[in-house]
Amino acid sequence: MQEKRKYWKGLEELENTPEFINNSLNEFAEFLPVKEKNGAADKETAPRRDFLKLMGFGLAAATLASCEAPVRKAIPYLHKPEEVDPGIANWYASTFFGDGDYNAVLVKTREGRPIKVEGNPLSGVTRGGLSPRGQASVLSLYDEARLKGPVSKSGQTHKDITWEEVDREITTKLAGVRGKVVLVSTTIISPTTKQVIREFGAKYPGFEHVQYDPISASALIQANGGVVPGYDFSKAKAIVGINADFIGPWLSQVEFAKQYITNRKVTRDNPNMSKHYQFETALSLTGANADIRVPIKPSEEGVFVAALYNRIAQATGGQVLNTPAFSQTKELDAAVKDLLANRGAALVVSGSNDLAVQTLVREINRALGSEGSTINPAAPIYTKQGNDAQMLRIIEEMNAGTVGAVIFYNANPVYNHPLAEKVKSGLAKVALKISFADRIDETAALADYITPDHHTLESWNDFEPRKGFVSLSQPTIAPLFKTRQVQDSLLVWSGNNTNYYDYLRTFWQSNFSSGDFNAFWDKAVHDGVLNNVSTPGQTSGAGAPPMTLAAASVAVNNTAKAAKGIELAVYQKSTIGSGEMANNPWLQELHDPISKATWDNYVAIPQSLAKEMDIKQNDVLRVKAANGTTIELPALIQPGQAKGTVSIAVGYGRTHAGKVANGVGANAYPLATVTNNGIQYINGVSIEKTGAEKPIAQTQTHHTFMDRLVVQEASLEEYKKDPTNVTEYIKIATPDGPQSPSKVSLWYDYEYKNHHWGMVIDLNSCIGCGSCVLGCVSENNTPIVGKQEVLNRRDMFWLRIDRYYSSDTHKETSEMGLIDTYQAMEEPSENPQVIFQPMLCQHCNHAPCETVCPVLATTHSTEGLNQMTYNRCVGTRYCANNCPYKVRRFNWFSYTDNEKFSVSNPQMQTDLGRMVLNPDVTVRARGVIEKCSFCVQRIQLGKLEAKKDGRRPKDGEIVTACAQSCPTNAIIFGDMKDPNSQVSQILRREDGERAFHVLEELNTQPNVTYLTKIRNSSIA
Amino acid sequence: MISCKSNKKYSFLLALLFSFLTVFSSFAQGEQASVSQDGVTAGAAGPDVQAGGTLFKNNCASCHAINEKVVGPALRDIHKKHKLPWLISWIRNSSKMVQSGDKQAVQIFNEYDKQQMPSFAFSDEEITSIVKYIEAESAAPVATTAPTGGNANDQTAQAATDGPGGESIGDAGKYLNFILIALIVLLIVMVITLLIIANLMKDYLRGKKDLEGNDIELVEQRWDFSKVYKSRAVQVIAGLIFFCVLLDIAIEETYGVGLSQGYQPRQPIAFSHKLHAGEHQINCNYCHTSVYKSASANIPSANICMNCHSQIKKDSPEIQKIYSAIEKNKPIEWVRVHNLPDFSYFNHSQHTKVGGIECQTCHGPIESMNVVYQYSPLTMGWCINCHRETPLNTEGNKYYDNLVKLHDEANKGAAFTVASNGGAECSKCHY
Repeated sequence: MQEKRKYWKGLEELENTPEFINNSLNEFAEFLPVKEKNGAADKETAPRRDFLKLMGFGLAAATLASCEAPVRKAIPYLHKPEEVDPGIANWYASTFFGDGDYNAVLVKTREGRPIKVEGNPLSGVTRGGLSPRGQASVLSLYDEARLKGPVSKSGQTHKDITWEEVDREITTKLAGVRGKVVLVSTTIISPTTKQVIREFGAKYPGFEHVQYDPISASALIQANGGVVPGYDFSKAKAIVGINADFIGPWLSQVEFAKQYITNRKVTRDNPNMSKHYQFETALSLTGANADIRVPIKPSEEGVFVAALYNRIAQATGGQVLNTPAFSQTKELDAAVKDLLANRGAALVVSGSNDLAVQTLVREINRALGSEGSTINPAAPIYTKQGNDAQMLRIIEEMNAGTVGAVIFYNANPVYNHPLAEKVKSGLAKVALKISFADRIDETAALADYITPDHHTLESWNDFEPRKGFVSLSQPTIAPLFKTRQVQDSLLVWSGNNTNYYDYLRTFWQSNFSSGDFNAFWDKAVHDGVLNNVSTPGQTSGAGAPPMTLAAASVAVNNTAKAAKGIELAVYQKSTIGSGEMANNPWLQELHDPISKATWDNYVAIPQSLAKEMDIKQNDVLRVKAANGTTIELPALIQPGQAKGTVSIAVGYGRTHAGKVANGVGANAYPLATVTNNGIQYINGVSIEKTGAEKPIAQTQTHHTFMDRLVVQEASLEEYKKDPTNVTEYIKIATPDGPQSPSKVSLWYDYEYKNHHWGMVIDLNSCIGCGSCVLGCVSENNTPIVGKQEVLNRRDMFWLRIDRYYSSDTHKETSEMGLIDTYQAMEEPSENPQVIFQPMLCQHCNHAPCETVCPVLATTHSTEGLNQMTYNRCVGTRYCANNCPYKVRRFNWFSYTDNEKFSVSNPQMQTDLGRMVLNPDVTVRARGVIEKCSFCVQRIQLGKLEAKKDGRRPKDGEIVTACAQSCPTNAIIFGDMKDPNSQVSQILRREDGERAFHVLEELNTQPNVTYLTKIRNSSIA
Repeated sequence: MISCKSNKKYSFLLALLFSFLTVFSSFAQGEQASVSQDGVTAGAAGPDVQAGGTLFKNNCASCHAINEKVVGPALRDIHKKHKLPWLISWIRNSSKMVQSGDKQAVQIFNEYDKQQMPSFAFSDEEITSIVKYIEAESAAPVATTAPTGGNANDQTAQAATDGPGGESIGDAGKYLNFILIALIVLLIVMVITLLIIANLMKDYLRGKKDLEGNDIELVEQRWDFSKVYKSRAVQVIAGLIFFCVLLDIAIEETYGVGLSQGYQPRQPIAFSHKLHAGEHQINCNYCHTSVYKSASANIPSANICMNCHSQIKKDSPEIQKIYSAIEKNKPIEWVRVHNLPDFSYFNHSQHTKVGGIECQTCHGPIESMNVVYQYSPLTMGWCINCHRETPLNTEGNKYYDNLVKLHDEANKGAAFTVASNGGAECSKCHY
């Protein structure tokens, strides 16, 4: 007989005390508080009456309170600036450069407040595109964590100090400094700023300016004679990327995305695409867009590049090296074949910081004749100039005590250098430490003085991201706080009395201008950019001599031999970047393009490793690196991650960034390997489970599209053969035979007379970067909800980018049972193909949401818009329930005044943050549904401008924020009633070929049309 | 005399009917959002005068009035004082004339503190039309200053009688009151006379001994009030009236929640639109500079006030408030009169520039308001009603050309209103 075990709830039950017995009879431990408050001892008193009394009183009070309208003030300007008209936006050309991310921008200001940033179409570099970080930069302006003025350190805290005092103290201390003065910065691409620094340095013998990058390209620079080569992906027909996330945050996100996509758009008349191979460890944004993606371990990188080099050297008659063979020969062969076939239009790029790898890559490009075509030697890239060796030497010198003063500009090595501990110990030995940081960040916390810099949107500056392309930034708002521009501070400290604006003008007059300078300057400030001008160019410090081929060969052999165990790749996300802008909630909540994770970093592990070690998603792992550093982070099972490797993103684990970023994730910089002359963002690690669990907030938790026609794709061969056969159109059975669903309808169709707004989204062009998502947030005041609410599936983005992985199992081919098949279809492949699909309100002409709203809060307009009327909505959520695209969002909270969101949603909680809100769009209240409006405020504005001029709107004049943001023009918006609009032309051209509607079988007749993705992924 | 009682009943019923009528008529008034469409009718004057009037209001009115010295001289009968060619060259470039030593010019220049009149690059025809306008205005008697702004004369006059800001009561109204009082006095006299006659007759009857049954009843009749109180019919009717009145008040009040029609707050500076827009005929656009180009018709900044008040009435205590605001660098905090809810979007330029709507259509007789009040209810019903009734201003606007054609093809004769072009849809105002 089985032994019956007894379990107790606690010791009380075991002892069975009288109190316990008594309590156990009462279901609720305490009396309901409503009775207690009344002091009613009698149990018979009915709380119902109290409840009704309270309700009645509350109702009456609320009614009385609402009777009296509050007195509102209207405060006009005292002296209205000539160019400001209340209600009319002003646009200023400017530049955003932060965190290695360059964007020429236009800043939209309303009543003197910058509220949105858009790309500047005049720029020859970014050509109207804008990265997610560029989009979010406007929010950083209103960051509460920014310093309100200069501070000096006293004891462990910082106290406020005036600029006069700080200038006096610093100049005195600098004059008496013993040892050399060092200015540590991240990459500076401003020629004038560099001139200021040179002038400042001339005053102090032994002055040294050190540039370093949190994710360094030092080896790339060193291998190419001191600069990053002027890559031009628009000329490349065959591309091989090796751990280079070039349409991500590598060197020049928007510029490369623009170039890359020019050869990826296909039409019936021009069905040609570039061929892109990507060999990488972590599944990057670039890898997700590649035609052929091969997962490799970091240690295989050298072997692969050497093998590629050897094969090409054999074909072109170069020197062949003795290196180990690369295992995946099929893909290697194909890559070699395509590269050789496209000589002069081929490009190989590597994101490695290994000099040997970069030396070989340079040689490959030379052999392929890339220089002069896909690499423009006349226009090298300046966005990364960091020199690892120099930075390492300075850290040593600081520890040796030979540095007298150190100044940090845009540099935070205590957080983002792998040798942070050594930086800290070194700083203790430096007599004078000054930081220009805009907040008390990790490094600034150790500084004696913090003299905060203006935000970019408050300052004058110039930028040269690529030789010959210069742009300006200009103040779009008076400084919010008592900050001062870095350049002004340096000029003051070097005894120069000119302000930086005059200095900049003088520099430009002598360097860029010819003829009438005032006219030239006015035009330059107006346009914001100068394209193809002759500039002196920039050099990045003294680099070590490049490596010889033989040395490279030896190095490759050594790396390959040294590798064992699980390998770690430290990478940078395109959202949060190096972590400099981590205190920006837009960037924190913007889902990672691949993993769809928000508000955290994690250990990305391959499926095989998860199976092997029995790791489930969200299990907290302890990752111990060979250099002794450990880090604890939850696991995220990442399809496409190379076997035997894990990856961790940097940019998280800030401690001094501000309340949004502090404590989010863990810092991965210390996991990088520091060698004699550089930093390798790889390491050997061991992994163990801690037993704890920490949920990762993902905006998408399903991975495959289960063979449904949500997204459609076809191969380039099929497309070339018959463009009308690449898209599957659903037919439904009718008495008259199979018909298109739109032929069978319950509803009468409406004839659009004036406008019929429509959107085309080219899945072939969408790279999944997420710029449109933040463009939408910025335009439409979408609330940010924070990690817990994302976990609750209550994220509020009106536009999301769905990412689907391919699966190995298909319904047609599977030999399993039906249930097993479906289960297997949910599993993504080990190395899946990835497809991105921006998903927003489809503005269905037969909208399922409209028919179920009991209060007619969502209706259809005569221009084809699915309108959402917040003030009418009572929050039944029937519409969200009935929407097949799941694009309707419910306001669960009053995000504007709920303490719970004061950390994650500061832009709506504080007066400072509210300055970023778009005054033309309502901030929605709690309890209503909201969703994409096709930017109706922009449509209305465009129409009004046309009406004022007495004309029809021009095509391209009215675009939604997402279409405007898209750096690859994947989203096209326009009037489908205008036969000459771009949308109409594309729809006519692609009708029956690539154009399809999502879930067409439902006959919702959306106004958003998608174009089938075409893949060039066959291997001959 | 028996009919007396039943008459009383009828009068109660009449009273009831009357009270119902008032209740419902007040409803009807509440819902009415009548849109005056005669605001755009042109005066009887010739085209030249009209054009001149427009030019005058837009360019001259800020410094000149017909009958009053403002910054510059009063322009009454200016055509008699100066010859047209002289006026033309003066308006085009007055300083040149002063420099050339023209006697009249120098005299005016000196008389007005050596202040220069800015030059206006008008054509001969334009200046002629302005002079013609002044000529026409001079011909009008001095006392009646024509209200300005939007040719909305009749509307204004009417509003002046019954608008909350109106001060004078019309003549007809005065007589009406006298007649009413006289009538009431007459009625009372009649009632008393009749009562006296009735008593006399009763007394006479009592004196007689040989009365018939009916007559005895009549003589013995006692007026018993308690019977009337206690009668069920009276109670029901009184209850009903009480209930109706309560209901009326409740509904009125409920509809009025959040409504602030007639809201007339005290402003920090006693600025009078009546003086500026009415008497001095300064164009609305002169101060509310963005009304034709922006969503907001901005409240003028202090520097716009200073365009004139750096010269005029500098010592007025109200103007001094502006000076002190400028000195203290503290903006003037006006009380906002017209408040729309945050979730509705309104664009002035859409209505003024594109729609060609006069300011007075929504803001009422602003040129006769000493203190601005909210003229229109600003409810959604009021907006929508206007959108339903107002024909679109499509004339000469290429945006609408094809739409008008399509509309006329589909609906013969029906007006092409704002609503028929989608102007009543949610997303036109709510986003």
